[in-house]
Amino acid sequence: MRSAELDRRKVVRSLLERRGALLVVAGLGSAAWDCTAAGDHPLTFPLWGAMGSACMMGLGLALAQPKRRVLVVTGDGEMLMGLGSLATVGVQRPANLAVVVLDNERYGETGMQKTHTAYGVDLGAIARACGFEARIVRKSAEIAAMRSGVYRGRGPLFYQVKVTPETLPLALPPRDGAYLKQRFREALLGGKSTA
Amino acid sequence: MPGKTSRARAVVAVWPDAIHHALKSQGVRQVSYVPDAGHKRLIELCHADKDMTVVPLTTEEEGIGLAAGAWLGGERAALLMQSSGVGNCVNALTLAANCAFPLLALVTMRGERGELNPWQIPMGQAAPDALRLMGVRTMRLGRAEEAGATVAAAAKLAFEGHGAVAVLISQAMIGVKSFGDKP
Repeated sequence: MRSAELDRRKVVRSLLERRGALLVVAGLGSAAWDCTAAGDHPLTFPLWGAMGSACMMGLGLALAQPKRRVLVVTGDGEMLMGLGSLATVGVQRPANLAVVVLDNERYGETGMQKTHTAYGVDLGAIARACGFEARIVRKSAEIAAMRSGVYRGRGPLFYQVKVTPETLPLALPPRDGAYLKQRFREALLGGKSTA
Repeated sequence: MPGKTSRARAVVAVWPDAIHHALKSQGVRQVSYVPDAGHKRLIELCHADKDMTVVPLTTEEEGIGLAAGAWLGGERAALLMQSSGVGNCVNALTLAANCAFPLLALVTMRGERGELNPWQIPMGQAAPDALRLMGVRTMRLGRAEEAGATVAAAAKLAFEGHGAVAVLISQAMIGVKSFGDKP
């Protein structure tokens, strides 16, 4: 196994700067903190629970908004809990959906225990077998191509980004789920958000 | 009274059609499911409906996330499952409870009346309480002729009341899976 050199916060900042009309769902834990560190945004829905649901929320959003790009940013542990959702996305094949898994091979919120990817389980191969265009990202030089895929590539796309396992300062989004939901709908749907 | 009997049979045969009509009239655009024999016709109707995006799931909890994402994007979703799937949904239901995401689940009941598979009984019996424990409002559908009105009312409760609602479709209405047993 090669050691991971990528800094997860820099990776996410690179994806979310100049984000235009991008819609984002962030999986619980470090992935949500990374997105918040890049700038809290009404069109980012950060999860604080419902582990394993990020990819499916991205799918529901992508199907509802086929003209907008949808990005799911999550961790390897969260993705592992919802592996079946990769198969479900594979049936729908939404062209506007990208899933970025920040893979530090650890459960970062619970004591840095190893996840299945640390033992060699290949998330990218699983996603590819489900019908995603799947890539692994290990180097800074590969981030630009990933960003291009997220904003312009034909989905469903899956990027497994090998990042350094480290505990970073918390960057917490708002905790009120009803607020997070409504601000997202207002920003996206405007006057129809209360319908 | 042969007339009444045949009319009753006709109502029984078309209740999934009435549910499909109710879903359409309430603006439901995404329909996800883990199949159940009791939902067979409704699933077929939804697949045949070009205004609906139908999403087969690997496990029922996926449908909770899908419905939340659909709502973020301005669409209404419904989730079809049998009662054994309720247990799979429990933690995901925190989305509905915490965020007031609407959820419309149509649950065909097993394990409650004439069940011939004892393994269906524990989850079937616990399903209504499990839903209520997680804050899901439950409505009972026990008569075929009430199917359309009940599902329409549940949809209003979910999408206009911003809550999670499950319609529990009685096993007596669906019939019992036989396993070739003699009665």
